[in-house]
Amino acid sequence: MAETNFEPERNGEPGGDRQEASVSFEEAMEQLEAIVAKLESGDVPLEQAIELFQEGMRLSQLCGSKLEQVERKIEMLIETEQGLQRRPFAPEE
Amino acid sequence: MGEARIFSIQEITRYIRMKLESDELLGDVWLRGEISNFTHHSSGHMYFTLKDEGSRIKCIMFAAHNRKLPFAPRDGTKVIARGNVSVYERDGNYQFYVTQMQPDGIGSLYLAFEQLKKKLEAEGLFDPARKRPLPRFPRTIGVVTSPTGAAIRDILTTLGRRFPQARVTLVPVLVQGQGAAPSIVRAIELLNRIGEADVLIVGRGGGSLEELWAFNEEIVARAIAASRIPVISAVGHETDFTIADFAADLRAPTPTAAAELAVPHFAELRETLEHLRRRMRGALAAVVESRKTRLARVRRSPVLLYPRRYLLAHAERLDRASERLRERMRRRAEQSRQRLLGARARLAAAHPGGRAEVAAARRREAERRLTAAMRAAVKDGAQRLAMSMRQLDALSPLKVMMRGYSLVYDERGERLIRSIRDVQPGDMVNVRLADGRLECHIWSMRGEDGFGGNEL
Repeated sequence: MAETNFEPERNGEPGGDRQEASVSFEEAMEQLEAIVAKLESGDVPLEQAIELFQEGMRLSQLCGSKLEQVERKIEMLIETEQGLQRRPFAPEE
Repeated sequence: MGEARIFSIQEITRYIRMKLESDELLGDVWLRGEISNFTHHSSGHMYFTLKDEGSRIKCIMFAAHNRKLPFAPRDGTKVIARGNVSVYERDGNYQFYVTQMQPDGIGSLYLAFEQLKKKLEAEGLFDPARKRPLPRFPRTIGVVTSPTGAAIRDILTTLGRRFPQARVTLVPVLVQGQGAAPSIVRAIELLNRIGEADVLIVGRGGGSLEELWAFNEEIVARAIAASRIPVISAVGHETDFTIADFAADLRAPTPTAAAELAVPHFAELRETLEHLRRRMRGALAAVVESRKTRLARVRRSPVLLYPRRYLLAHAERLDRASERLRERMRRRAEQSRQRLLGARARLAAAHPGGRAEVAAARRREAERRLTAAMRAAVKDGAQRLAMSMRQLDALSPLKVMMRGYSLVYDERGERLIRSIRDVQPGDMVNVRLADGRLECHIWSMRGEDGFGGNEL
């Protein structure tokens, strides 16, 4: 079993560029929902509507790709004499 | 003293009942005993006797109260029961009316549960205002439970099925027995310290009240309430409520339900995303469509469709204005002409030629009248002259003299001599006759009687 000393992992999501990796799925979804609401309100100048649409499509693709990035990661945190340890975890059948 | 009052049996029974029911202790009392003569009547009510070494009491538990009984009572079960003592009038029996019942042994735990619940509730630990909202899309889920057993399996299965994108950090803990509560507290604190989880699931599978007891401990309730990360409690099966459930931000009836509440469904999310995309396309299309409609409306506006018509309108205005201008000029000129004509007429009326003519006519008339008048006057004068001459002629001394009379003048022929006294003898006198004169010397004179001279 691979054992790793605990260090908060904050590297970006694979596949996304750095900026997009910093946007969480939740943030992206919220932005997307705000854009949709704004577009649906109708009182947006055409140019802005197109920009909003493009931004919304970008966000929806970002959300979609994040959704497809299934990388199941189940770890167990254990306090030992050596400190905190992380171990992959799989439940016994 | 008067006669002793005699009561009916019903009256005394009713009196006893009233006495019992007004007693504070008997109104709400906990009893410990063993069940015997247990009957679960078809009406749903339970009839039994509670007994211990010293005595026994008849009991009834109505259907409304026993419906949620967490265990099946039977003869021999040791229980603690809560209720009130009253009298069943028909039989004249006092009975224990049971409202709550627990198997004994955990009875003390149950009481402790009630007391702790009241205490924490009074502190406001369960206040709905304290509840934190759960994240919609947690990235990491902290799970505090036993690494073995159904709970973690159910949780991981459900999370994997619904939202495999979420990471799971399990902190294994003891979920029952000595040390369970402190290990649960440590795990909650650890996950808060690390801070990577967006939501916590704290729980275990179902069990007896003793087995679940760690989740009724005060330190666990306080650790859950103190957690900065929202906590979903997942203890036992459906009906078991623990103190942890009350303290948690959300109570799930089972570990599986907790996992379902913790994450959205992956497929639903996809659908949501697709739905958002559709709405966005629709909204954009609507925005474009509304602009198109506006453009079309503007294009259809008469000014753009019939520009000539609008020019014509202006031309017409111009024409009308020019026409009015001409009309005004014409009228003005006409007015001036009329004034001129009037002035001329007045001038003509005042022309001196006419007056001159009139004056000439008057003059001619005057002349005519003058001439006529003069002629008349001459004629009249001539007539008057002729008449006067005739009269004069008739009166002429010559005629008289022709008849023989003569006139005597002085020498110079100037003075007519009418009396002898006008002359003296010797004077020369002129005697005038009808056909001449005589120069004569007066010789003598004689006066006539009466008159004077008689000579001549």
